[in-house]
Amino acid sequence: MMGKTISEKILSAKSGVDAHAGDLVVAAVDCVLGTDASGPMAIDYFTRMGGERLFDPARVVFALDHYAPAPTPASAALLDVTRDFVRRHGAVLYEVGDGIGHQLIVERGHARPGDLVVGADSHAVTYGALNAFATGIGSSDLAAAMISGRIWLRVPESINVVLLGALMPGVYPKDIALALCGRLGADGAAYKALEFTGDGVAGLQLEDRLVVANMAVEMGAKNGIFAADAETDAYLAGRNNAPFIAVTADAGATYADEVALDLSALPPQVARPHLVDNVVAIEAAAGETVDMVYLGTCTGGRARDFHQALAVLEAGGGPAEGVRVIVTPASSEIERELSDDGTLAAFAAMGAIVQMPGCGACCGSCGVTVGDGERVISTANRNFKGRMGNPAAKIWLASPATCAASALSGRIADPREIVT
Amino acid sequence: MNATVIRGRARRLGDDIDTDTIIQSRRKRETLDSEALSQYLLETHDPAFAASVEPGDILVAGKNFGCGSAMEVAATVVLGAGIRAVVARSFSRTYFRNAINNGLLPVTCDTAGINEGDDIEIVLDDPVRVRMVSADENRAAAPLPPIMLAILHAGGLVPYFRAHGDFVLPRNGDTP
Ligand code: SF4
Repeated sequence: MMGKTISEKILSAKSGVDAHAGDLVVAAVDCVLGTDASGPMAIDYFTRMGGERLFDPARVVFALDHYAPAPTPASAALLDVTRDFVRRHGAVLYEVGDGIGHQLIVERGHARPGDLVVGADSHAVTYGALNAFATGIGSSDLAAAMISGRIWLRVPESINVVLLGALMPGVYPKDIALALCGRLGADGAAYKALEFTGDGVAGLQLEDRLVVANMAVEMGAKNGIFAADAETDAYLAGRNNAPFIAVTADAGATYADEVALDLSALPPQVARPHLVDNVVAIEAAAGETVDMVYLGTCTGGRARDFHQALAVLEAGGGPAEGVRVIVTPASSEIERELSDDGTLAAFAAMGAIVQMPGCGACCGSCGVTVGDGERVISTANRNFKGRMGNPAAKIWLASPATCAASALSGRIADPREIVT
Repeated sequence: MNATVIRGRARRLGDDIDTDTIIQSRRKRETLDSEALSQYLLETHDPAFAASVEPGDILVAGKNFGCGSAMEVAATVVLGAGIRAVVARSFSRTYFRNAINNGLLPVTCDTAGINEGDDIEIVLDDPVRVRMVSADENRAAAPLPPIMLAILHAGGLVPYFRAHGDFVLPRNGDTP
């Protein structure tokens, strides 16, 4: 018998067939996500497909996160389209201010090991950190899944991403994700799964794994997935207590490729404008001036990220004159934690702008705007031209600590000079 | 029977054209109407692009077309501009699915040597090929999986789902 990867095993279980890479399957989904950006279009497809009811309202989640708060009357109306649909059909609704859909899926226990979760947003890959097969789809596939509870998928080949050793002080999971983007390129994992293995995984907290899985799509991957361990159990406890069966790869599983990354030798990484795979080690980007430091998004908007950033800002005496620091927690739960432990107050005391939980200015759908010619360093996952709503701006991507270190002087800087 | 041919003017784009470049996220918060959005098609690539599109034009791109966000308006806006097909060396998986689901034809083949303004044909033969008219050169396209052919033949996922009410995997030997 041929051994299977984690992705092959989950898709076999969900489709009821003995599936291997390359096979097409129709699989049952455990949960689907729509956002305020993808939901209204999905609702339109749902109606046109003749949809009358949801396959299971408890497994259909909508999050109002991109227009939080709605910046224009038209976007406010789009929020109402989703609210109205949920009122009529059930479904779980996360309101404006609750946070980013992807964070809510993991934090509120909608994704568990062995699950198949699809979201009408490319960063649905994030839940792979919890040993779920999770992938992004468009609004039409979401509508079909809302009706049938099913989706067709091609079972992906997997790339074995072997993480070795432990990160040095001042180097973070975001640096792992960026280094992989640089190594593999923006389409280096296209149509494939990234399976994260190696002794380095044990040293990554669940929040860290979310960062790495989140950026799998930046390499074109269909999904990124970790095995479950005690860390996974601890994260899920209290969020979802239903029993689950964690899925591991078979010993004889076949991988399309193997990429090894020595975490102990990894310096901080920076993606330069305007491509996510335009990645260099910190030395090559250091000194570039920045006007705005953006902390947030589904990649870098968790409590751990803000704690790391704040530590650097406090050690370095706060942001330089004229540098705007924007703080956008990924969810209200995170916001509460940061409020309770004084983190938000400390940021505010340094003059940072604290935004409502949600997507914020990540893709220019709401929140602060970036001026012409302005230069931003951000904890986000994408730096495409126009990504934050202004094609005349430039975006660098880095870890929360590198972003904070850059705020100190208004120039991109190595956080290892502060964090020792 | 002669194979169906889609003929049009090539509109040449490069590698890694992301969906935010095809249509900026901030545009779709104002309307989801693909024709209205089509005035902003590829505006960060070239602000004059949308106005220069003629119905029947064919987008021709390098690798990884439609990478980034899975937003479906990035497929419907192309149709809204009167473009029926995109030829690229490779596509992101979400863009490819969204295109098929809306009846926009994505054709995967080598696009080196196809230039802006070239007269090209997509010949819907088996296999599908792209013909560069003046050079009379043919490029074979990668085949589509049967379920995608079935969705495309139905006219998109809406008519497909109305007909089947679910996804049906064609068995070996079934013609879509
Ligand atoms: S935070 Fe950014 S990348 Fe994440 S879902 Fe929101 S807009 Fe998309």
